Amino acid sequence: MWFWGVSAVIFDKGSRTINDACLIYCLPGGGVELNPIPISLYLYILCYTISLQQRGTSAANMSQKEVNGSSHRGKVLTLETMNQNVRQVEYAVRGPMVLRAVQIEEELKKGVKKPFTEVIKANVGDAHAMGQKPITFIRQVLALCAYPALLEDDKFPEDAKLRARRILDGCGGQSIGAYSASQGIECIRKDVASYIEKRDGGIPSNHENIYLSTGASDAIVTMLKLLICGEGRTRTGVMISIPQYPLYSAALTELQGVQINYYLDEDKCWGLDVGELRRSLTAAREHCNPRALCIINPGNPTGQVQSRQCIEDVIRFAKEEGLLLMADEVYQDNVYAEGCVFHSFKKVLFEMGPEFSSVVELVSFHSTSKCYMGECGFRGGYMEVVNLDPEVKAQLTKLVSVRLCSPVSGQALMDVVVNPPQPGEPSYATFTKERAAVLADLAEKAKLTEESFNNVPGFHCNPVQGAMYTFPRITIPQKAIDQAKAAGQAPDQMYCMKLLETTGICLVPGSGFGQREGTFHFRMTILPPKEKLKYVLEKIAEFNAQFLQDYS
Amino acid sequence: MKKPYNEVIDVSRDNPHATGMKPMSFVRQVIASCIYPELIDSDKMPLDVRKRAKTLLECIGGSVGCYSDTIGIPIMRDSVSDFLTRRDEGVPSASGKIFITHGSDHGFGLLLTMLVRGDRSPLVGVLTPVPSQDFGNATLVASGATAVPYYLDGQQGWRLHTEELQRALRSAREVCDPIALYVINPGDPTGHVQSRESMEEIIRFVYEEKLLLFANEDHQDILIGEGCMFISYKKVLAEMGSPFSDAVELASIHSASKGFMGEGGLHGGYLELVNFDPSVQIEFDRLISLLVLPIIGQLALEVMLNPLQPGEPSYEHYQEEIQHIRETLVHNVTRAFEVLDSLPGISCEPINGGASMFPRLHLPHTAIHQAKEEQLPDFFYCSRLLEQTGLCVCPGSDLGLPEGTYHIRLCIMTSVDTMEEVLRRLGKFHKQFMKDFS
Repeated sequence: MWFWGVSAVIFDKGSRTINDACLIYCLPGGGVELNPIPISLYLYILCYTISLQQRGTSAANMSQKEVNGSSHRGKVLTLETMNQNVRQVEYAVRGPMVLRAVQIEEELKKGVKKPFTEVIKANVGDAHAMGQKPITFIRQVLALCAYPALLEDDKFPEDAKLRARRILDGCGGQSIGAYSASQGIECIRKDVASYIEKRDGGIPSNHENIYLSTGASDAIVTMLKLLICGEGRTRTGVMISIPQYPLYSAALTELQGVQINYYLDEDKCWGLDVGELRRSLTAAREHCNPRALCIINPGNPTGQVQSRQCIEDVIRFAKEEGLLLMADEVYQDNVYAEGCVFHSFKKVLFEMGPEFSSVVELVSFHSTSKCYMGECGFRGGYMEVVNLDPEVKAQLTKLVSVRLCSPVSGQALMDVVVNPPQPGEPSYATFTKERAAVLADLAEKAKLTEESFNNVPGFHCNPVQGAMYTFPRITIPQKAIDQAKAAGQAPDQMYCMKLLETTGICLVPGSGFGQREGTFHFRMTILPPKEKLKYVLEKIAEFNAQFLQDYS
Repeated sequence: MKKPYNEVIDVSRDNPHATGMKPMSFVRQVIASCIYPELIDSDKMPLDVRKRAKTLLECIGGSVGCYSDTIGIPIMRDSVSDFLTRRDEGVPSASGKIFITHGSDHGFGLLLTMLVRGDRSPLVGVLTPVPSQDFGNATLVASGATAVPYYLDGQQGWRLHTEELQRALRSAREVCDPIALYVINPGDPTGHVQSRESMEEIIRFVYEEKLLLFANEDHQDILIGEGCMFISYKKVLAEMGSPFSDAVELASIHSASKGFMGEGGLHGGYLELVNFDPSVQIEFDRLISLLVLPIIGQLALEVMLNPLQPGEPSYEHYQEEIQHIRETLVHNVTRAFEVLDSLPGISCEPINGGASMFPRLHLPHTAIHQAKEEQLPDFFYCSRLLEQTGLCVCPGSDLGLPEGTYHIRLCIMTSVDTMEEVLRRLGKFHKQFMKDFS
């Protein structure tokens, strides 16, 4: 357990006396635990911490003065005076590993000799960066939207032009450069609602419940902002699965929400168990006010596709315990394993009957960055809210409306995604072929990766049922663990750093996502092209053998 | 539903394309070619478009669908710093201090996030100009910082006076911990372009009072007044030399949303940090690491900062488009002045820059009296205007102006025809309003 910080938590309203204070411990797996401490101890620690920081700050200021040659003048904005929450934020996917990877790339460019010729960034789910081809139809519609003069060009198919015209009609001045309404262009929201209805077998969807967002991340953070309130024991707690996609933990840190961990079961293919949900919730109620349960399906980093039974269990649990469900479904088209099917939370909810479907508050998220599109750079996304209190929904709409709209090009992209070519349309055949090819390629790589890793001594790799990642459990010898701990590093972080330095392959250590104490993992994407993926798998196996030997 | 108009015209905020301004062709051709690279190989697009698109695509990893931070950002930062070095005639700019954003509002929001200290008392304060869109706007409110108003001088073309800043700072210190001064130059909605002397006074002020300086320079391309010049705060700061130039912590904000580009919907902007503590900059990097910025917006930004050179095939047309926009603006301002200033009960100040006019309303007592039953008088005026004519303008009270003076803000980045219609509706309504409440 690491001592993470001290928090002056509760001020009595108006009187400014400290009522309560606690030490916050960081748990392995990323959770937090609060232990009340006497005020005197708190004040002592606070003074000590500040004096440490001041010493640090004066040192920094000294060197600033030396560098700038200016007279004795400290900075206005220092580590000490800035927002402390920002300092705690960690986002492993783009953290220290990536910084080092970028450095290594610079070194390679400068001609520094290394045992490899390129850095392979298998750390982030960026499909196009790894060579995945964009879908022709999508790019045609977007090009037409960007430069409408192309509507006169007969190189572009009619069905693409039809969609471009529809989108442009929804834009101010027929331009994607105009700000749109903050909730998103209405005709696009209507198209999203139709898509959801079709996907969910006719269960109605209202476009007023759709909010277009800057990727799914933006919508997730917006909902968290809406949810987080209270102080001390009444501070909002949000349940997240461990291992988790670290956007959730980072956002909770920044917004000062309480992170409540529930563990997925590695031995059961990362399945979710209601007993574990209950355990986690009961413990959390001791120190916060749990109000939401987040679930990623298909999972990131774990790749599991939840069974229908499991989804029903989660819905039942949410109803019993009065929790708002946040269903992150950005990988809904990425399903590979035999017998696995994507079930949308909304569909299951409504099929469980009015006892649930009229009560359970659900928010579902989707994005244009994943699935078969992989268009991360466009920042398209939406959320659909179900059963929100009408007054809360009004507040949500207000919160969204005072900000700028999401990028209009992303909204346009979302429209194409929910409104693809239909049988009989000119682009249908090509579109279907391209889409199937992307998904089949991913499925093949998922299988290849699982098989490969399960042949590596010390690795245990669950089937990659969906999404884009593999999260194998690795074995790190005690000697290596000790060395890492002495250096103040998580053991799997040390493993991944050495892997990067030796092979140029960039992964994300499992500690960045959370994992059970004493276990180690890494997350690797299955996105590199097949030949490169085979190379990566070989190199990792080689490295692992050497690593085990070096630390035996 | 029957109304005496066919459509609503919204000039309450700066949204050029929605009000009839056209996007710049070169920008859109480049963007379209980056989106659909088949266009690079065809001869449908001019050569310079194809070349630019090809270069940009290579820099961003081959596809506009990539996450920009994993591949593109360093290139964009370099473009920005090259542009700034050129613009500021040699004052160096380092790409390590450039941060790409969704736009100016977003940049401002990021800066605020760095400042606030949660609910801990005292709250952090930011001196914010009135009138401005940022006063009381959601970015400030939601951030948890306190907006401390300082009033621009409506009698003198909306200048900043240091005495007023002093007053604001003194009163701020009683309720919060003021840590930053936010200036907008060219001013919006005021249209005021600061003189060098005024800017030097501001810099001296923040130096003495130990404040951060946030400068929103989004409208730097639009200068209308005769002989008006835009100088960046960064340049003025550098040219003031020590002790100011190496001490004052300045953040400059800009974007592709305003000016000739008007590409607000594409979300491309940047901010530059000068003299910030390096360890604070690292934390800024950490905050930014959670964000993923749209590539299209950055492409627009890149073209804006790296425009065409004489001799290139599209150069002439590009210059014609800029000229046309300039002429449209001058025309709109002249017309608006002509029409509005001649009406009883409205007076206009000449504007030197920016994208808005900010006429003052001299409302009859009857109107003020009736309004006060439910709302602020200028809001009352604007509501009736919207209901009766379908024209939407922004009341001065929304921009922080206190009771007693009444204004409306209307954006002038519109097509000539749209402006005529705006003035027709406004003129007709206003005459009737003055009659009804005389």
